[in-house]
Amino acid sequence: MAQTFEEISPADFFYRNRDIAGFTNPTRAIFTAIRELVENSLDAAEQIGVPPDIYVRLTLEGKTTHGTEIYKLRIEDNGSGIPPRYIPAAFGQVLFGSKYKLKQMRGTFGLGGTMAILYGQITTHRPAYVVSSTGGARIFMYRLMIDIQRNRPIILEKRTMLNKTGWRGTIVEFSLEGDYFRAMPKILEYFKQTAVMNPYANLTFVDPRGRLYIFRRVTTRMPPPPKETKPHPYGIDVELLQRLIQITDCKNMLDFLKKHFHRIGDNIARKFLEFAEIDFLKDPKKLTHDEIVHLARAMKSFPDFLPPDASCLSPLGEELLRAGILKELKPEFIAVCQRKPSTYAGHPFIVEVAVAYGGEIPRKNDFILYRFANRIPLLYDEASDVSFKVIHSINWRRYRVTPDMPIAILVHICSTKIPYKTVGKEFIADRPEVKKEILNGIREVARQLQRYLSKREYAERQRRRLNIFAKYLPKIAEFSTKLAGMEQPPDINGLLRSVEKLGLES
Amino acid sequence: MVSNRKVSALERKKEVLENLKRFGAEIYKQMMLGRFPQIQMPSRSIENIYYNPELRQYVLGNKTVRRSARNIRHIRPFTQLVWAAYFAYELTSQRKTSTLRDVYYSSQAYEVPFKDQPESNSIITDLETVIGFSREDFNIFPEERSAVFGDLTIEYTVPGYEGKRLNLTSHPDGVMIGPALTSAEFVKTSADKVIAIEKGGLFTRFIEERVHEKFNAILVLTAGQAPRATRHFIHRLNKELELPVYIFTDGDPWGMHIAMVIISGSANAAHLRELTTPDAKWSGVWATDIVDYKLPTDPLTEIDIKRLYELQRDPRYKDKLWQREIKTFLKIRRKAEQEAFSRYGLTYIVDEYLPAKLEET
Ligand SMILES: Nc1ncnc2c1ncn2[C@@H]1O[C@H](COP(=O)(O)OP(=O)(O)OP(=O)(O)O)[C@@H](O)[C@H]1O
Ligand SMILES: [Mg+2]
Repeated sequence: MAQTFEEISPADFFYRNRDIAGFTNPTRAIFTAIRELVENSLDAAEQIGVPPDIYVRLTLEGKTTHGTEIYKLRIEDNGSGIPPRYIPAAFGQVLFGSKYKLKQMRGTFGLGGTMAILYGQITTHRPAYVVSSTGGARIFMYRLMIDIQRNRPIILEKRTMLNKTGWRGTIVEFSLEGDYFRAMPKILEYFKQTAVMNPYANLTFVDPRGRLYIFRRVTTRMPPPPKETKPHPYGIDVELLQRLIQITDCKNMLDFLKKHFHRIGDNIARKFLEFAEIDFLKDPKKLTHDEIVHLARAMKSFPDFLPPDASCLSPLGEELLRAGILKELKPEFIAVCQRKPSTYAGHPFIVEVAVAYGGEIPRKNDFILYRFANRIPLLYDEASDVSFKVIHSINWRRYRVTPDMPIAILVHICSTKIPYKTVGKEFIADRPEVKKEILNGIREVARQLQRYLSKREYAERQRRRLNIFAKYLPKIAEFSTKLAGMEQPPDINGLLRSVEKLGLES
Repeated sequence: MVSNRKVSALERKKEVLENLKRFGAEIYKQMMLGRFPQIQMPSRSIENIYYNPELRQYVLGNKTVRRSARNIRHIRPFTQLVWAAYFAYELTSQRKTSTLRDVYYSSQAYEVPFKDQPESNSIITDLETVIGFSREDFNIFPEERSAVFGDLTIEYTVPGYEGKRLNLTSHPDGVMIGPALTSAEFVKTSADKVIAIEKGGLFTRFIEERVHEKFNAILVLTAGQAPRATRHFIHRLNKELELPVYIFTDGDPWGMHIAMVIISGSANAAHLRELTTPDAKWSGVWATDIVDYKLPTDPLTEIDIKRLYELQRDPRYKDKLWQREIKTFLKIRRKAEQEAFSRYGLTYIVDEYLPAKLEET
């Protein structure tokens, strides 16, 4: 039998492989859809430096023939809005996006939001509805479907309205199949953890039962926005080199290196070219394929490149992290630690770690672990995550801590390239450099926790002591007064004060 | 410390009250000066208990302990001690009596509860040490009661009975040695000796056989190990009435030790005086009696033998007689109860054995 060959479009590819994008089943799909759209909204607000206001509503529309439900999902934000000419592609074309840059954002692939809409279309055969304005004179409304085979949006309706109130933001609404009641715990957990990581955001969620969940901001301060960056030579590969050579207008290698790479100045460029035995003045476009392969290898082995700087990253910062934890977890004690920037394979990253103790943190048999990557909560596959492994490799007794204490540990990794193990963006691989930073961060906050616990224990002991004295001294005064046949009992307040002040011989 | 002078029971109570009051006043004074009160008292730890051959009893050495209300570990027992002193003062001045069990429960009414009976008992022992009197002197009595029978007239000092007299032959079961008798004054007696008996059965037999008349004796039932009130009572009979004391117990290490505690006291009471009667005699049943009278016996158990070896090393047992009897026990490896004499008839012990032993000791 003759084999048939066919080319499939990216949309078709993801349609056939929707598992890897997180649309495995109706439960997981509804969670992923909400998550992707919320993240797009957060990105859109942060991009213009506005504290996000995000409203999410999920309503039940009916049942399917196979026992699941059809829901309508609506998300409104106050973000950047989308210029009208990009709206159809942004939501109707897979692998179309504005975030293919080397700076930290939640979105990266140009896939998430569009996949959610694609999934909705497959399961309900209904169009999506998008309203957006960049704050200009007009508001744009589209009704779209996706031509899956051709990976192109089909515009069913387009309308333009006058923007009388100066509204800016985006509204997305579409129907999808799902199982909200199964997904509910994860969805609510997602909102709560998102609120921890975004203490400057207002999040509102109305669920299909009509319940209202509000996560209010406690600050309007936002972390400084990340800067765009050039690729670092340690993170380079042949593919990327070839692309850069294609687009460059530099006429010699010295200029080429200085212009297209991160932290290469004249001095380092010269040293490197000597090291790689490449002529300073060679035209990059004249490099042969073998020379390009050689160049890529040399970049990985040259020892004197400066480490990438972290200005392209946007960690939350210790103060905001503390505020987020305090507002959502309401613990008695928090220690936070932002590690210095580090790199793995030429990608800069920063680890932020926090430990929260007591208060409303529940007691479980194990520490509660909150994992975040580029401020996105990771809720699945905890046991495969590098943080989980690090936590369980630590000898906690050294910190006088046991897993049955009410303790939550939070690990946030931000990077231009998060070392996810899968496209599902759920857990982080064991990169030794990343592992080491997590370990050191946890050690630091554990030490602070230990200090706090022993201080608290000391204060508790002092309080108990004072109670004992306050209980017995009046009795001694009373009985000795009676025994001595006196009327006026001695004043014991001075003695109690000295107990408070001095501590005591034991 | 041991006084031969006859201290009247009433004077003694006065001294007890004064000591209790002085203790309270000392603490009061320290607190009025804005200090944490503290007290110093003789240590009752085992390293501070010595056998005093002159007094022929255990005494406390010079080591003292300081109890301070400033110390977190002391303040609770300190409070309990002050309360106990107050409680004892109230009891004694109102001439009421109480028991150790009572003390334990009473503390709860004052919100200075003891966690258990031993803790409460140990505070009372502290109070004895601090005040220098035994708890019976501040009207706290043990539960166990022993008895006395014989021609001794006493005069009560307890409320409601002041001036009332009683002859201790009035009741054929004997008269209980309780708080009222302990605090009574001795008026007169025709007896010329005291016979202390370990077991109730034999005590009754002696009364039935009129041992008190035949031998001119006051009979005291110790009912096993003599309670302190009984030891003090025997002490008074010996000191105030100058009567010699003879002790009859079972022929085994435990009987021997009942006699010894009456004679030389126990380490537990090293902080107290006037509980011992050093001149009292152990009259039997000896190990040598078992041999001489061919008494029916039981074999010594392992525990009996272990106890004998302990007693052999005990300083109170260093006299020739005791050492000889211990050796004999260890040799014959047998023991006998007082009732063993019944094999020769019910009156044999009174008619034959008793006169012989009183003669011998
Ligand atoms: N709420 C929004 N406001 C403004 N722009 C948006 C919004 N949602 C999506 N976009 C635009 O649409 C593009 C595609 O979004 P999509 O979620 O498909 O991919 P992404 O966010 O770039 O990457 P990822 O696959 O990681 O989510 C985004 O890059 C962004 O430019
Ligand atoms: Mg996205």
